[in-house]
Amino acid sequence: MVDISTAHEVAQPASFEFDAESNAAIETILKRYPPGRQASAVIPLLYVVQRQMKRQTDSAWVPLKGMDAVAARLGMAPIRVYEVASFYFMFNTKPIGRFHLQVCGTTPCWLRGSDEVFHACKDAAHVAGYGQTSEDGMFTLSEVECLGGCVNAPILQVDDDYYEDMDYERTVQLIEALRRGERPAPGSTIGRQTSAPEGGPQTLLDVPGE
Amino acid sequence: MAKVTVDGIEVEVPNGVSVLQACEAAGKEIPRFCYHERLSVAGNCRMCLVEVEKAPKPIASCAYPVADGMKVFTDSEMVRRARRGVMEFLLINHPLDCPICDQGGECDLQDQAMAYGLDKSRYLEEKRAVKDKYMGPLVKTIMTRCIQCTRCVRFATEVAGVPELGATNRGENMEIGTYVEKALTTELSGNLIDICPVGALTSRPYAFVSRPWELRKTDSIDVLDATGTNIRIDTRAGEVLRILPRTNDDVNEEWMADRGRFSFDGLKRRRLDRPWIKVDGRLRPASWSEALGAVAARLKGLPGERIGAVAGGLADAEAIVALKDLMGALGSRNLECRSDGAAIDASRRDFYTFNTGIAGIEEADALLIIGANPRLEAPVMNARIRKRVVAGGFPVGFIGPRGLDLTYAQDWLGEGGRTLRILAEGGHRFNEVLRAAKRPMLILGRGALTRPDGAAILAAAWKIAAENNMLQADWHGFNLLHQFGGQVAALDLGFVPPADGAAVSPATEALWLLGAEVDPAAIPAGAFVIYQGHHGEAVAARADVILPGAAYTEKDATWVNTEGRVQHGRLAVYPPGEAREDWKIIRAASELLGKRLPYDSLDAVRARLAEANPVFAGRGFAAHGCTDMTGPTGDVGALTEAGFAPAATNYWQAEPISRASDTMAECARVYGAAQVQLAAE
Amino acid sequence: MALSDKDRIFTNLYGLHDWRLPAARRRGQWDGTGALIAKGRDWIIEEVKNSGLRGRGGAGFPTGLKWSFMPKQSDGRPHYLVVNSDESEPGTCKDRDILRHDPHTLIEGCLFAGVAMGAHAGYIYVRGEYYNEHLVLQAAIDEAYDAGLLGPNACGSGWDFDLYVHRGAGAYICGEETALIESLEGKKGMPRLKPPFPAAVGLYGCPSTVNNVETIAVVPTILRRGGAWFAGFGRPKNSGTKIFCIQGHVNKPCNVEEEMSIPLRELIERHAGGVRGGWDNLLAVIPGGSSTPLIPKPVCDDVLMDFDALREHKTGLGTAGVIVMDKSTDLIKAIARLSAFYKHESCGQCTPCREGMGWVKRMMDRMVEGRAEVAEIDVLEQVTRQIEGHTICALADGGVWPVQGLIRHFRPLMEERIAAYKAAKGSPQPTLPMAAE
Repeated sequence: MVDISTAHEVAQPASFEFDAESNAAIETILKRYPPGRQASAVIPLLYVVQRQMKRQTDSAWVPLKGMDAVAARLGMAPIRVYEVASFYFMFNTKPIGRFHLQVCGTTPCWLRGSDEVFHACKDAAHVAGYGQTSEDGMFTLSEVECLGGCVNAPILQVDDDYYEDMDYERTVQLIEALRRGERPAPGSTIGRQTSAPEGGPQTLLDVPGE
Repeated sequence: MAKVTVDGIEVEVPNGVSVLQACEAAGKEIPRFCYHERLSVAGNCRMCLVEVEKAPKPIASCAYPVADGMKVFTDSEMVRRARRGVMEFLLINHPLDCPICDQGGECDLQDQAMAYGLDKSRYLEEKRAVKDKYMGPLVKTIMTRCIQCTRCVRFATEVAGVPELGATNRGENMEIGTYVEKALTTELSGNLIDICPVGALTSRPYAFVSRPWELRKTDSIDVLDATGTNIRIDTRAGEVLRILPRTNDDVNEEWMADRGRFSFDGLKRRRLDRPWIKVDGRLRPASWSEALGAVAARLKGLPGERIGAVAGGLADAEAIVALKDLMGALGSRNLECRSDGAAIDASRRDFYTFNTGIAGIEEADALLIIGANPRLEAPVMNARIRKRVVAGGFPVGFIGPRGLDLTYAQDWLGEGGRTLRILAEGGHRFNEVLRAAKRPMLILGRGALTRPDGAAILAAAWKIAAENNMLQADWHGFNLLHQFGGQVAALDLGFVPPADGAAVSPATEALWLLGAEVDPAAIPAGAFVIYQGHHGEAVAARADVILPGAAYTEKDATWVNTEGRVQHGRLAVYPPGEAREDWKIIRAASELLGKRLPYDSLDAVRARLAEANPVFAGRGFAAHGCTDMTGPTGDVGALTEAGFAPAATNYWQAEPISRASDTMAECARVYGAAQVQLAAE
Repeated sequence: MALSDKDRIFTNLYGLHDWRLPAARRRGQWDGTGALIAKGRDWIIEEVKNSGLRGRGGAGFPTGLKWSFMPKQSDGRPHYLVVNSDESEPGTCKDRDILRHDPHTLIEGCLFAGVAMGAHAGYIYVRGEYYNEHLVLQAAIDEAYDAGLLGPNACGSGWDFDLYVHRGAGAYICGEETALIESLEGKKGMPRLKPPFPAAVGLYGCPSTVNNVETIAVVPTILRRGGAWFAGFGRPKNSGTKIFCIQGHVNKPCNVEEEMSIPLRELIERHAGGVRGGWDNLLAVIPGGSSTPLIPKPVCDDVLMDFDALREHKTGLGTAGVIVMDKSTDLIKAIARLSAFYKHESCGQCTPCREGMGWVKRMMDRMVEGRAEVAEIDVLEQVTRQIEGHTICALADGGVWPVQGLIRHFRPLMEERIAAYKAAKGSPQPTLPMAAE
C-alpha cells in the first residue's frame, strides 16, 4: 500500500499564523500578480510558511494549518491548496531535520557516482535511508530528481544550496562541517569554475569588455 | 454549422461542439469515463480517442472541437488499439473485486472491459492499493477502485459548489479525497455515486443490498421537497432498496437531493400499517370496517360547519380531491392545506407557484431571494441557481439571515421586514440592479409567509415584482418556493377555507387530518380527530381513529411541484400491512357515510381532478408571462421589521419520512454542527 | 572549425565576470535597446524569423513563427510573455548559467519578446530548486528597473514592460508550457487540453507565449548582429549557436556554447576532454536530454549535433544535454533510472502515463536484474507504444522513448541479462500469480 494518505499521521500544530517577517514577504509577493489573480501566489506563500516553520521550529515544513492560512489569505478553497502542497515535491508535509540532504539520483548524477554520495550521507549523517531523519534530528535524507546541474554531477543539495562534483569523501567532510555549525560555500567542491571544464575554461578567454 | 463525416456518415453539427458530440449525432457511441456532459471537460481518461483524417495521433474526442470537412473514424485499427491500450492501463491497478463490488452490473469500466479488455493480464507487478476515505454517512469509498477520472471532484466543485474534494499527490499516487478527513458538506452528495463510473464511490446505505438486475424499476416523483425531482424507485420483493434520479432537463437535470434519495428507510419504520381506534382514551388496533364505522358513526348527522379537514405537505392530488369532495358532500368548507400557517393567497395560481420555472432560472439575469434558503429547501434547484451564477451576469440579492452559504456569492441586503419594505418602496440600491435587468426574478420562501405579517410579506414581494420589471407579457419573475411535493396540488384544488372560515376552530367537532401535522393543543378537547396517513407523529396520538395511508412510493398519484408542474408518480411497492391508497380510503368512508363519491377507478378520480382544475388535465409546465399586475390581498403597510428565520433548520429531518429514517438520523448527527454553523454564521 | 569567442552570445557563461548591470553593459548588453525597439514589432519578428532560431527548450519550434501567432491587436485582454526556466530535463543545466551569470541578456531578451508579442508583462518561471539563481535574476531585474530598462517606458522605448520572477516547487511537468501556465496560476502543474493554444488562451485566459530561457536570451544579440549572422552558423534550418551540456563519462564535463551542427565527436573531444578511456571506450550517448533515445557508438562516430541529423537517427537534439556513457555503464540501469524519473514526474492526469509509467518502471527494474522472460521485452516495447501518443502532453512520449531506444539498439544486452539471471537463479517467478484482470 502506498503510504501517502490524506489523513496525515504526523502531529500537526494546533494553529499557524503568519509572523511579521512572513507578512512583509507576502506583501511583496502579492504585488507580482494582477488583481483577482492572487491564487498565483499559492506556491510562493507555501514557501513563506515553510520558511517561517524553519525559523520557528528549525524544521522547514508545511503543516495543515499553514496550508489553511495560505488558503485564507488568498481566498482559495483549502482543498486547492492541499492539492498544490501535495503535488510539488519541495513542500515537506511532515517535519524534517535541521539540514535537508537531497541527493540527486537521476541518471546524469548516477553515472558520476551519486550512489557514493548516498552512502556517504547515510554513514556520516547517521540516517537509515531515503525519507529518514537522523536520531539527533540534524539531517533528513531525500532522493531528488534531476537538479539541473548535470555537468557538475554528482550533486548534493543541502537546503537551498548545491554542492557539486561530490564524491564519498567530500560528502562526509561536508556533513561533518555542517554538524560543526559551519556552512561551506556552495558550488563545486573540486575548485572548478562553475560549469567550465576542470582545469579552467577553454573558451571565453577573450571576451570584449572584460 | 460544420459538416463532419463519422465512419462515412455525414452529419451537420454546430460549430464548436466536440468531436464526441458529432460522433453521437452520427449514432456512434464513444466510450468515456471522465467525460460527463454536465461537467467541465477533463480529457484525462483517454478512452474516447478517435482517429481524425490527417492527424498523426488519435485525438480525445471529448475535448477536440469539430472542424468543417473533418473525417472521423471511431472504429479503425488505430482507435481500437488505442482504446485497448487505455483499457489495459485502467485495469492493471484496478482490483479484481467485481464479485463484491456494488457497482457490478452497472459499471462503465466493467462494460467497456467487455468491449476493449483482454482476457488475461500481462501485468506482473504489484498492484496499487489506496486507503479508503471518509466522505460522510452517505457515500462509501473503496478508493483502490478509483480510476482518477475526477468526475467527483468536478461535480463537487462545479455543480454542488462545495470545493472540498480534490486530487492530491501526483502521478500514480494521485488520490481523490478531502485530504483532511471530513464529511462533504453538501445536500447533493448522492450524485457523486451516480457519476462515479466505477465502484469507488458507492451508496453506503445500499452496500451489499442488491444487484441491479434483481431490481424492479418504477418511475416516480420525489415529494420530500417541492422540486418535483424525477426519480426511479428500485424495488425487490416489495421493498424499496434505493431511489435514483431520472433525467429531466426542465426539472432536476440528472441530479437529486440527498434527503429524497436516502430517507426511504423511513418508509419501513414507525409506519401506520393498520387501522386504530381510540377506546376509553387508548388507541387499539382495529379492522377497517371498525375504523370506518367509527368515522361514519361520529360524522353522520354532524353539521358541516362543525367538520374540518387539513391536508399535509405530502398529500397527493387524488386524495385531496377526494377529501374535498367528501367534505363538500358533508356540507363542510372548512378546508386547509396551509397547516404551517403560510399566508398564501390561493385565488390566483401565479400567486403561489414558481412561475419562472426551474429551467427559466437560466434565462434570468437578476435574482432576489426573500426569506428562503434554496440550498436546504430545494438543493437541486439551488444547483440550478448556482449554475446560472457561474455562467456570469447574475447578481443575487438575499434577504434573510446573514452569512448563509448558498454555494454562490450573494449580496446580503438585510435580515427581513425592514429591508423588504425599502425594496417595496423602490428605494434600495438593489432596486437599481433589478430595474436594469431584462429578466429579473425573485424567490419568496414559503417559510417567510408563516409569520403573523405573512400576507404583508406576500404583498410586498408581489409589489417588488410588479414594480421592478419582473412581470412582463412573456416573463413571470414572481416565484414562491414551497417545501413539499403535495403543497401546490392542494392549493390548485382550492383546499382552503372561505374568507370567514377555518379548518380548525373552537366550534370544530370533527377534524380529518390527511397526513397533516396540526398542533394538538389547537384542537378543541372534545373534537373527534381522524388521522389518515403513513407515519404517526405527535398528532396521531391525539387521533380517535387512525386510517393507515400510503406513502408516495406506494401509490399511483399526481404531484404538482413548486413550479405548478403536474407529474405522475407510480406505485412501486404496495403499502405495508393494512394500509391503503389514500383516495380509496376516503372513497370507502364516503360510502359508509352515505355520500358515495362518484369515482371508483384511478381514471375516474383523475377525470374528477381535471374537472376540479383544468391544470390536472395536462402534464408538465407551460412557460407563461404575467399581464395582470393586481397583487394578492395583503397590506404592505402591515410589514414588521423582524428578520426572517431560516425555514429549513434541519434539512435531514424535515418531514415524517425522513424523521423515521436511520440514515437521516445519522446525517443529522454528523452534519448537525455544520448546520448550526450554516445558520449562525 | 569551431565557434570563436567573438561569436559567443553568452560571454559570461562560466561566471568569470560580474553579472551586474555595469559589467553586463561593458559586455555589450542593453546597448541601443530603445533604438532596436523603435524599429518595430514586425521588424523584430522578421529578424528572429530570418535568424532561423528554433526553440531551445526541446521541441525546436521556429521562434519567430511562434511569436507571429500572437494576436496583432489586443481584444482588450493583456498579452503575456512567459519564460520557461523550469529547466528539469535530466542532462540539462544551460539555463542555470544564463540565470546566474548572464541574467541581463535574458532580461533584455524578455523586453524584445514582449514588444514583439504585444505583451506589457512577463513572468519568468524558475524551477524551485534554483533558489540562488533566482536571487541573482531578481537582483538583476531590480537593477534593470532602477536603471529605467524595465517598467514604464522601458529603455525610453515608449513601451511599458514589467517582468516578474515566479518560482516553481519541484515538478518536471511544469516545463510543459501549459502545465507551467497552470502552475503559474496557482494550480497543480497539469497540462491543458489543446486547442485552445496559449497564443489564444494562455495565462489568465489571455494570449500568451511560452519560450525557453535560452531562446529568449539569444534574441538581443540576434537583433544587434542581424538574423543573417545567427543563421550563418550551423546547417540550414538548424542554425545558430547553442549551449551544450556535456556530461557523464567524459574527462571534463562542462557547458559550452558552440555552433549548431557540430559533430558530436568533435564537441566531446574539443570541449569535454574526450570520452573517459578514449573514444573507443564509448558505449552510447543520450544526445539531447533524457527524453531523447540513446544512440550507440557507431552512430556517435559521425553524427552532427542538430535537429535534423539526430532525427534521422530516431533521436533528437532536445535540450542538447549530452549524456555520455562509456563501456563500464550498466546501460539498462541507466535507462531504468530514467523510467523511475518519468514515473516520479508524471502528473497523474492521463491514464496511459499515470498507470503506464509505473508499469514501465517496474518492468525496467526487473530487466536490470534480468528477472524476466525474453518475451517480456516485447511486452515492454508494446506498453511503451500504448503510452506514446495517447496522452495530453509529451511527457509520456519522452518517458518511453529512452526505453524504446534501449530496446532498438541494445536488445541483445537485455536478453543476455535475462539469460544470465536464468543461469544463476532459474526461471523468474512472477511476483503475483497470473490472473485475468
